[in-house]
Amino acid sequence: MILALQLSHFSAAAIFAFFFSIVFGITQRNNPQEMLRYGAYCFAMAVGGLFAAGWLMWFLHH
Amino acid sequence: MANSTAGRLKTANTTPEVNAMSVVAPALGWLIPGAGNIIQRRWIRGLLLLVSITSLFVLGVMMQGRIYRPNGGDILDMLGFIGDIGGGGLYFLARAMDWGRGAIHLATADYGTKFIIVAGLLNVISAVDAHHIAIGKKQ
Repeated sequence: MILALQLSHFSAAAIFAFFFSIVFGITQRNNPQEMLRYGAYCFAMAVGGLFAAGWLMWFLHH
Repeated sequence: MANSTAGRLKTANTTPEVNAMSVVAPALGWLIPGAGNIIQRRWIRGLLLLVSITSLFVLGVMMQGRIYRPNGGDILDMLGFIGDIGGGGLYFLARAMDWGRGAIHLATADYGTKFIIVAGLLNVISAVDAHHIAIGKKQ
């Protein structure tokens, strides 16, 4: 049996964004500098979207 | 948007060069994440792909995500299976170890299921990337 892990929605989404940004950066760009820049851009957009969606849901709820 | 991405990937070599590596690299890359890049001496890229895709897959299993079987019967199960099988060796290892039974009473288990599917899909993208390097479409 593998060790069980329980993450919050935010941590799960942040970890997800971190790893998919690395893969996107490497596969979607041609040289190391562009890869780094695009990976950072993907991560920033994902985490930014996470905060934006979180606040949107808060406003819809209140 | 698509044009700008295609433009960035374009290199001086415009005619694709089909060789044994163009078949071996994506096949190996599918079986072991990042191996398609490693075999072509892209060590750092390959290791980063290996760590990222394997981490996503293992975290998904640890979050008690579900591993889809081929005969799910439901159309969404079949799509889940297509995503999971992209993980290659990781999928076969998980099936052999009987991991990924899924715990439907946990919200994190559903996140885990998505982690596993996305790890498989990202692995397919990295295998295609290895193919592009082999044919000279990418550096």
